[in-house]
Amino acid sequence: MDQVVANSTAEEQEPAPASKISAQGVDVSYSGKQALFSVDLEIPENRVTALIGPSGCGKSTFLRCINRMNDVIEGCTVDGKITMDGQDIYDPDLDVVQLRARVGMVFQKPNPFPKSIYDNVAYGARIHGMNESKSDLDEIVMTSLEKAGLLEEVKDRLEEPGTGLSGGQQQRLCIARAIAVSPEIILMDEPCSALDPIATARIEELIENLRERYTIVIVTHSMQQAARVSQRTAFFHLGNLVEVDDTEQMFTNPSDERTQGYITGRYG
Amino acid sequence: MTDISRSASVAANADKKQTSDRIKRRYAAERRFKAYGVIAIVLAMSALIWLLASITFTGYQAFVQTYIKLDIHFDARAIDPQGTREPETLARANYAALYKQAIRDQFPEVKKRRDKRDLTRLISSGADLKLRDIVLSDPAVIGTGQSVWLVASDEVDQFTKGAYDRGSPEADRPFKDKEIAWFDKLVEAGALERKFNFPFFTSGTSREPELAGIWGAIVGSFWTMLVTLLLSFPVGVSAAIYLQEFAPKNRWTDLIEVNINNLAAVPSIVFGLLGLAVFLNFFGLPRSAPLVGGMVLALMTLPTIIIATRAALGAIPPSIREAALGVGASRQQMVLHHVLPLALPGILTGTIIGMARALGETAPLLMIGMVAFIVDVPDGPMTPSTVLPVQIFLWSDLPERAFVERTSAAILVLLAFLIAMNAIAIFLRKKFERRW
Repeated sequence: MDQVVANSTAEEQEPAPASKISAQGVDVSYSGKQALFSVDLEIPENRVTALIGPSGCGKSTFLRCINRMNDVIEGCTVDGKITMDGQDIYDPDLDVVQLRARVGMVFQKPNPFPKSIYDNVAYGARIHGMNESKSDLDEIVMTSLEKAGLLEEVKDRLEEPGTGLSGGQQQRLCIARAIAVSPEIILMDEPCSALDPIATARIEELIENLRERYTIVIVTHSMQQAARVSQRTAFFHLGNLVEVDDTEQMFTNPSDERTQGYITGRYG
Repeated sequence: MTDISRSASVAANADKKQTSDRIKRRYAAERRFKAYGVIAIVLAMSALIWLLASITFTGYQAFVQTYIKLDIHFDARAIDPQGTREPETLARANYAALYKQAIRDQFPEVKKRRDKRDLTRLISSGADLKLRDIVLSDPAVIGTGQSVWLVASDEVDQFTKGAYDRGSPEADRPFKDKEIAWFDKLVEAGALERKFNFPFFTSGTSREPELAGIWGAIVGSFWTMLVTLLLSFPVGVSAAIYLQEFAPKNRWTDLIEVNINNLAAVPSIVFGLLGLAVFLNFFGLPRSAPLVGGMVLALMTLPTIIIATRAALGAIPPSIREAALGVGASRQQMVLHHVLPLALPGILTGTIIGMARALGETAPLLMIGMVAFIVDVPDGPMTPSTVLPVQIFLWSDLPERAFVERTSAAILVLLAFLIAMNAIAIFLRKKFERRW
């Protein structure tokens, strides 16, 4: 079955940067109920790719395939092929822990560990043995907080619990935690849905800065957000990838009428 | 005002009335519902208070004990005729003769052989041990005279506590008129006193109620609980972690889960039978030992701990698990670093509640022989012993009045331990509780 309608033409129009992740014919089903139908998607390196679509369309499911977070869901099966830098990430020989160190993730609801701010950021580095000494670890924590734009606000209270921060700060703490393990890709699953507009603006700004170093895939319900932060956009509908194109192209001149309908707010 | 609007306003008024009626009914229903709850709580509380009050009322008397002061002459000829002062000789001497002589000296007017015998019975028959201890700890007392407070017999004790009415017909009471006369004389001489009953907390059980204590049972309970904890906590928590966090969900794990839930509801005596059949008869472990008691109770406690631990683990929000996995923690790291510390309060609470249940358990221990009459305080998990609830069970069966109050007193002690354990559970939960 090939419901992918109009992604081939868009991809050929511009010289896209090297593809970081490539998904070919990805089917996902939860206990027999199919959630994704043969998705083919290229995710370019050092770009922000937004996944949009109505609730239940499979965009989060696809996101969670990239770091194999679906593995922990009982009854979830993933077929097809997803490669990262040409390496099959569903290869049985591949260590999923190593994969998740390369593919960081930020969740919908800020979920800092109930530990200190310092320990939240240091945790990943500690378990991956990335630090040789305490000063290495300090360095990692500081630069990660710096990159996440949180350092100024928390540098005097690193030992306080991360759960005591505001929602927006917690989300940036989660981003710092993801950055601390030096991933190549950061997956964000509606990172701003629980935040107020000011905190959202800060995160969006941060995403823009992070793009230089990381490949970012973001799931969002906000069309404006997708338009603001992403360079490429993929539209999912009922488990199918309907259209993928450069964001500008997608929002000005979508080729599929379902996309047209969704971005103009007629459904979804 | 047009007709239409008038009829509309009439309808609105009728509607308003209906609405206010409905609100009234709703409030009344709510008040009734609350009243039922309050009645239920009052009933439960009064039952509890009644129970505690009756136990306390019967039991508090056991915490004091009547003592009689006697001028004992530690006669060298009676204790150590050869004058060797060897501990063995001293230990074997007839000390009962000393206090018997002392009380006869106090009442020279008692001449009849039978009266003399009754007179000596005012003193507990365990008094000779006390005299022996005095001599053994300091042989220099031999040959001197000393005032010694000796435990009175249970009849005297009961009389001081008002168990027998002086005015009642003599035939109706075991404490006869002549004994009352002796008693009054002792009181007059200031040789009879009620003191705090230390021996109740420091000695093992005895055939003589005035000498019976709960220390043996407490120590037996301690060893039993220690074995139970050491077996059931690590096994139960590991099993729960595996089942909850690692085990695949399939028919086998479903079967195991159903069985664990069923085991939690199995009558405890069945575990006792299992202990008898497997631990004693098959493995040949010692009878009446806290080791076996602890093993049986561990089997009984395991389902409780597993269920409580699984519930505590399951209550940890998935967001914490995802966060840990998301930064590349392995499943084991996720569980050990994040899930387990957060679940710890629940696990500890469940464990302590399970242990408290085991502490109060009698039936399975009867099956493995911990019901034996054991006077000595156990010195380890292999020595025959009994436990507090079994001790209570044994005493409750005895006819002496003094044992009735001791039974209640032992129940009070057991309740104190249970309340203490539950308090610890609450304390630990508060201490380790973390919010996210």
